[in-house]
Amino acid sequence: MKEISFAEIVHQVEFMCQKANFDLGEDVYSAFKKALQTEKSDTGKEILSQLVENADIAKRDQVPMCQDTGTAVFIVELGQDCRITGGSLIDAINEGVAKGYSAGYLRSSMIYDPLNRKNTGNNTPAVIHIELVEGSQLTLHMTAKGGGAENMSSLKMLKPSDGVQGIKDYVLDVVKVAGPNACPPLVVGVGIGGNFERCAYLAKKSLFRPIGVRHSSKEIADLEEELIQQINRLGIGPQGMGGSTTALDVKIESEACHIAALPVAVNLNCHASRHQTVQMG
Amino acid sequence: MPINIQLPLTEEHVRTLRAGDRVLLSGTVYTARDAAHKRMAESIREGKPLPVELTGQVIYYVGPTPARPGEVIGSAGPTTSERMDLYTPALLEKGLKGMIGKGHRSEVVKQSMIDNEAVYFGAVGGAAALISRSIKASRVIAYEDLGTEAIRKLEIENFPVVVINDIYGGDVYIDSVAKFRQDK
Repeated sequence: MKEISFAEIVHQVEFMCQKANFDLGEDVYSAFKKALQTEKSDTGKEILSQLVENADIAKRDQVPMCQDTGTAVFIVELGQDCRITGGSLIDAINEGVAKGYSAGYLRSSMIYDPLNRKNTGNNTPAVIHIELVEGSQLTLHMTAKGGGAENMSSLKMLKPSDGVQGIKDYVLDVVKVAGPNACPPLVVGVGIGGNFERCAYLAKKSLFRPIGVRHSSKEIADLEEELIQQINRLGIGPQGMGGSTTALDVKIESEACHIAALPVAVNLNCHASRHQTVQMG
Repeated sequence: MPINIQLPLTEEHVRTLRAGDRVLLSGTVYTARDAAHKRMAESIREGKPLPVELTGQVIYYVGPTPARPGEVIGSAGPTTSERMDLYTPALLEKGLKGMIGKGHRSEVVKQSMIDNEAVYFGAVGGAAALISRSIKASRVIAYEDLGTEAIRKLEIENFPVVVINDIYGGDVYIDSVAKFRQDK
């Protein structure tokens, strides 16, 4: 039985929250550079170069790349032979988020409850999903998920007869409706299958895969490629001001589902696709 | 080449600007987002004065990150404008001439912009570290209890925006997107 201390988790989470907000991932940065070569609109090109400059400033000065420093979302892979000492895993993650956001001068965007809407002041609570896995390691995947793109996300229970075409139409429709609001160029996360709540989770989980990395199944990978092309023909472009770069990538995760069901969820991510992974134990 | 504009916005500015124009704004703007708009709308409904005289002014939809010691402001990019749509026509009727944000406006707001001769500018969402470099001064002037959502008076210099909606019905999100569309 491997032991991991509460304090160590707090420390790692604090670091992840700040790094996610200050240092744009190499995958996103390269995608901007690549898009600059292919973008057809002058305004689109100007926007992409501003995004590159913005990432450079954020990294150099260690300041948030976006003022919406997001909801801290975690997917935790907890090895079943791993034990947390000194407190609970959930408390440790929340303490790390509170410390990381306060010390890093990151914005607190979380409120106690959706009706009274009073800010918690330290960006907790985090949204935490725990998956129990084999082994003795603890892996934390974190994303700072902005509100603008999350607000334009959508889920639909399609009919099995809608098929692959129905999935494609729906994904394109969500991207079209979102237009400029979700801060394109986007990373489009798609969940297919599972049930109502699993499908949304799959869409979110897909966003943790780095840009440019295709799904391991050829069928799904081909669908990802096809959707990237179709989305980039919509004309929405950077910031929705017209152009040929609407999606930097499309990610799909799929799972078993009921014979009567074809759930599809589309979780949009803005171009600040901020994800971090830390492995402990 | 971008057009340089010294704020406040005049009638002439507003009549000259066209959807798609790239503009560098300098001068004073006021920040306000969801919670501040809700309060201003309540004041208007109750016949109370607003904390800012809006004639000719520009509101920037932003909730900045906290400023570090010695900094003017934290990162300060635009938030999604449509959440302010419900409250916007009343502000336009009070003389508001410009708004900076990102994303679609409702048909009601677009019509109100035409009727009241006001423009909507888009800033680059997610370019908040870069944008904050063009903010030279920041002071909370109302609703301090709202924290990041308080109303701030900002002095900006060469703040980069694009005209999204002009007073002639032009809309970049419709017109420019149509130009680059290849699926039909």
